[in-house]
Amino acid sequence: MDGQRHTIIGYGTLTAVWVALLLLTALTVGITRLELGGYRVLGALVVASLKGGLVIAFFMQMKSEGGLLRLFLLIAVVTLAIFIGFTFFDVLYR
Amino acid sequence: MEHGGHRDGFAAKLGMWLFLFTEILLFGGLFLLYAVYLRRYPAEFAMGGRQLDWMLGTANSVILLTSSLCAAMGVTALQRDESRRAVGLLCATILCAAGFLAIKYFEWSAKIGHGVYPGSERLKSGPAGESIFFSLYYMTTGIHGLHVIIGAGLLAWISVRVGFGKIPADNLILLENGTLYWHLVDLVWIFIFPLYYLVL
Amino acid sequence: MDKAATAQNSFWNDTGRSGLTAWIFSTDHKRIGLLYLYSTTGFFLAGVILGLILRIELMAPGRTIMDPRTYNALFTLHGVTMIFLFILPGFPGAFGNLVMPIQIGASDVAFPRLNLLSWWLYMAGALIALSSLFTGGGPPDTGWTFYVPFSTRTGTNVTLAVFGVFVIGFSAILTGMNFITTIHRLRAKGMTWGRLPLFTWSLYATAWVQILATPILAITLLLVMAERLLGTGLFDPGRGGDPLMYQHLFWIYSHPAVYIMILPAMGAISDIIPVFSRKPVFGYKMIAFSSVAIAAAGSLVWGHHMFTSGMSDRAVLVFSLLTFIVAIPSAIKVFNWVSTLYKGSISLEAPMLFALSFILLFSIGGLAGLILGAAATDVHVHDTQFVVGHFHYVMFGGTGFAFFAAMHYWLPKFFGRRYREKPAIIAWGLMFTGFNILYFSMKILGMRGMPRRYYDYLPEFADLNLAATVGSWILALGVAMMFVNLVSGLLRGEPFTGNPWGGATLEWSVATPPPTENFAEEPVVTHGPYDFTAAGRR
Repeated sequence: MDGQRHTIIGYGTLTAVWVALLLLTALTVGITRLELGGYRVLGALVVASLKGGLVIAFFMQMKSEGGLLRLFLLIAVVTLAIFIGFTFFDVLYR
Repeated sequence: MEHGGHRDGFAAKLGMWLFLFTEILLFGGLFLLYAVYLRRYPAEFAMGGRQLDWMLGTANSVILLTSSLCAAMGVTALQRDESRRAVGLLCATILCAAGFLAIKYFEWSAKIGHGVYPGSERLKSGPAGESIFFSLYYMTTGIHGLHVIIGAGLLAWISVRVGFGKIPADNLILLENGTLYWHLVDLVWIFIFPLYYLVL
Repeated sequence: MDKAATAQNSFWNDTGRSGLTAWIFSTDHKRIGLLYLYSTTGFFLAGVILGLILRIELMAPGRTIMDPRTYNALFTLHGVTMIFLFILPGFPGAFGNLVMPIQIGASDVAFPRLNLLSWWLYMAGALIALSSLFTGGGPPDTGWTFYVPFSTRTGTNVTLAVFGVFVIGFSAILTGMNFITTIHRLRAKGMTWGRLPLFTWSLYATAWVQILATPILAITLLLVMAERLLGTGLFDPGRGGDPLMYQHLFWIYSHPAVYIMILPAMGAISDIIPVFSRKPVFGYKMIAFSSVAIAAAGSLVWGHHMFTSGMSDRAVLVFSLLTFIVAIPSAIKVFNWVSTLYKGSISLEAPMLFALSFILLFSIGGLAGLILGAAATDVHVHDTQFVVGHFHYVMFGGTGFAFFAAMHYWLPKFFGRRYREKPAIIAWGLMFTGFNILYFSMKILGMRGMPRRYYDYLPEFADLNLAATVGSWILALGVAMMFVNLVSGLLRGEPFTGNPWGGATLEWSVATPPPTENFAEEPVVTHGPYDFTAAGRR
């Protein structure tokens, strides 16, 4: 069967990712202390997406999965984006 | 029942990911409401966010990230046939979960003690947007907390299986799927944290 | 039941357990399929009886047999039963389970125990939803849509009903997960995506909708429960909430959900029409593609249920435009079915009659959908009997008739016995006649301004309402006749062996009834699903 584990992610890599995640957490807290107005939410979301990407790629091992799961994840995320985005056709212009 | 008589690890993982998508969309509904109401009540949301303790939120973020690290290392350990270490790492994960829930408990009870909970007199007499903010906060963190409890229970059961297990390959699939679920819990929190605690 | 089984190793015989436990604890996809078949058709018949009672009340203006509160509770129950207990789980649960694993050459689904769990969750959800009738404030009276603010304020037992539906949603998610994984991982050697039967293709698209849309229903229903139990106020305008957000969330699920209902039906029709035309299906790739396209486009159009809700004009425009896009893949399917019939050697047996009437009724219903999808015309017929006529044409005339076609087409294979042809055709004739009298009257009534869900109406609507009620009796007579004929035929009828219709998909290549493991040895697929010369009639 294909798709079986071919790569083992070492402890070192995982720890490095964890450190990066902690730094990004500190960054989010920092960003939202600044006077950025509406960009504050945007900044927080960008950092959160980065963190999410790291978790998915390394902890959830998406990095070593084939294209299929990545495509599926993309479908799910795009679907959610459409659900939220299209609602704003109403909310923004009511 | 497995195809060709041997276990299809990829099928199990595919099924798990599909299930995780449903979880993403479940929380997605709540984030949708958050987005809509944030646009309508930006000032009240900032006011609500200021009432949450960002230190506790940050502490919980660190705890969950650490728990995810332990879970991921647990998989690596089992892949290297170090099942004792895997069990130890899983126990650390569960310990983190307990810490997270304890902090959450103190947060909630302090808020409820101040009369801030869905339908409370204080929220009813305050600005509408604030009531919406806290209703969403309780719904989102409540459902998330439920997932933490389920995930910790799942990992506890898996660590018992790994500790006494006889079929390492089966246990690895189980462990991988259990930790996938756990990482999702972390992933959701990564978005909850800035949106509720840091929107000042 | 066991008498029906003729073959020694048929799935009817093989089991370690006996009696009822051999069924309700079986992980065999065929047994689970039959469990779904029995439970969903049972609820369907209950829903038919409820519909008949509603029609009797509407036979004449004013009070006929019940008071308005009972009427509200009954149409809610009719809707909830038909939608959540029959039509959503019906096709994937019953025929998806029975047929799909064999069609792809697998011995079972990818997760047999989850499959059983999803039936159990379905039954548990059904029981919870039904128990709401007898507990708390009594039967819900909100309609199946559970619209706020009424659903959060009514004293009736909405909370429990909504929780039941939540559990059923979980069951649908598990089925979807299972089917996607099965279709990806368990296809037999040679069963490429281009050889996948169109019924399986449609189930694949359906499963995606189940996975991506159902969670939104789950969270919406949880929020309604929280609103009732905790007073969250998220949909309460008095407390800053927005009731329209409920409608958005509800339709984000419920519009894609109508494709959960219709897609497998289209798939079954795509399998049946070539067999009874003795001709390979026309435009295989386009039919397969259009299933996926419908699933995708169907997720973009939920706003067309809200044109008169007070949603922004821009949203009305966007959702109206997008709605027309769904018509394209639907029309692709209809044209391809008709092209398949062209110059075919058509044999008008029962499954084919139901399939042909599906095309007609679905087209009528679908075209009425365009009237509703265009914002300008929708304003006039919104929330009228026209809408009721429209969705009965697509859901009953579409999915319902396709379900009957599938019952006549596939069930003999699994029971090893067949129904009698003549009563089946008479029953079809009664149903087709009664159906059109009933629902076409509704469409005209709606055009003339009769609102839906109303207990009473103006005297000028009396004639057509009487006609509709008489139509409902003819329809019900046909339904009763069809079920009596099917049940008696499948239990005691003529033996059904081999492949009398000459189907070329894999389920026709296995023994009748299929053995527990489906295939004696792992099949190797060498031809397409509609290659009748390669398959041959046996």
